Amino acid sequence: MLPQIIFGYFAIVTIVLSLVIITRKNPVHSVLWMLVLFFHIAAIYLFLNAEFIAAVQVILYAGAVLVLFLFVIMMLNLKEELSSERFIGEWPIGVALGLSILLFIFFSIAKLAPGPLGKFTIELIQKETHTKAIGKVLYTEYILPFEVASLILLIAIVGAMVLAKKRT
Amino acid sequence: MNFNEIFGTFGLQSTSFLFQLLIVLVKIAVVIAITMLHVAYATYFERKVIGHMQVRVGPMRVGPHGLLQPIADGVKLFFKEDIIPSNADRTVFQIAPLVAVFATLSSLAVIPFYDIFYIANINVGILYIFAMSSLGAYSLIMSGWASNSKYSFLGGLRSTAQVVSYEIAMAFSLVSIMLMAGSMNLIEIVQAQQQYWYGMYLIPQFVAYIVFLIAMLAETNRTPFDLPEAESELVAGYFVEYSGMRFALFFLGEYIGMIVMSSLAVVCFWGGWTVPPILLKFIPQLAIVPGIVWFILKVYFHIFLFYWIRATLPRYRYDKLMALGWKILIPVALANLVVTSIIKYIY
Repeated sequence: MLPQIIFGYFAIVTIVLSLVIITRKNPVHSVLWMLVLFFHIAAIYLFLNAEFIAAVQVILYAGAVLVLFLFVIMMLNLKEELSSERFIGEWPIGVALGLSILLFIFFSIAKLAPGPLGKFTIELIQKETHTKAIGKVLYTEYILPFEVASLILLIAIVGAMVLAKKRT
Repeated sequence: MNFNEIFGTFGLQSTSFLFQLLIVLVKIAVVIAITMLHVAYATYFERKVIGHMQVRVGPMRVGPHGLLQPIADGVKLFFKEDIIPSNADRTVFQIAPLVAVFATLSSLAVIPFYDIFYIANINVGILYIFAMSSLGAYSLIMSGWASNSKYSFLGGLRSTAQVVSYEIAMAFSLVSIMLMAGSMNLIEIVQAQQQYWYGMYLIPQFVAYIVFLIAMLAETNRTPFDLPEAESELVAGYFVEYSGMRFALFFLGEYIGMIVMSSLAVVCFWGGWTVPPILLKFIPQLAIVPGIVWFILKVYFHIFLFYWIRATLPRYRYDKLMALGWKILIPVALANLVVTSIIKYIY
């Protein structure tokens, strides 16, 4: 019973926080609520016995990505979000898109079939520790996607440097 | 008479959930109480050490040799008025110091003080400490922004950039420790160090240790990397608008951060609560001394190091600080990582 209650708390709070984030007027407050959200998402990862992902979620998203978000927003010094027609005029399109995605999910969720089980059962992960399990899978079976992802990140880094470099 | 018999009379079994919860709560209370007392006297110790290094006597007035000074300071800070600037973002302003204390205090949960005394034994111990220290950066940026003052804001920006940059070097220096131990569990890291006759990673990983020490100073915003405070240029940096208890909470966070970082250095590089096996072989009597004594001695050596460096070195310039972090420490730590993994692969 206790796990269900705790999971229920994290699941509900995750949804509520997501709504809170998009309804704040002050963008800095949005980002700070997002920090709380990331901790709740990390807790949901812990429910899946994914302690490594949970820790990395906080380190990367809360520790790096969100800090950079905050930097940008603080430098822009927006006390309130701009609400000019140009930025919010297209809201019907947004609502239509959102609703259609919701419908899509609603109809496809019944067809959801769990994928084939790998060799890592929960017992095996608990025995081997999650970090080791994820490392083994990532560096053997999924080495190609992993390398592709790292290449994409490298391109982003180089791109950022090119943009930031002074043009002479 | 064991635990079961004592607590069984109260309807509690050692395996029951409530009993486990009780044990954990008691442990948390012990750790927090000791930490708070430590912080109070760490400030006294710091003022005395730096005083003597600069041929002064330090606090002398309150109590014999100024021994009651921390209590007087605490009482003063506790009863001072809590001033909030009129244009500040009230909620964020009030939460920021709490975040500072929470982030550092919760890191203490995974530190193994002794082989039988730790609050939590988790497999991703090092990552947990990283996660919590990255949360610590938010207290600085939140206080800097919410104060609505230019000095605070600059201090907050500086400190966030600094903490985020030095976290990378620190993480890389500890990744080589993870490689050596084959684990991220802090207890297993300590045990893995016992296989060497010298019983610590300090010797094979001295490069990582030096990188860690420098990054540790930057992470805790201590001199020579105390640019977020930099009183000569930014008045007091991110906490310039704070007063009373909230001001004290920032100090609390900083000093607990020093304990956490010192403990991490001790656990990862100095063999935690253990003594080098070679020493134990020559002087077998050392085995009687409980491990916590070694742990505390090693931690206090590091805390002394913080004070020593503060009394010795002048403050860095900001661009030099960033250059040191990105252009020297990260490449050195990376090179060390590569060498470590090659050696680990060969053996």
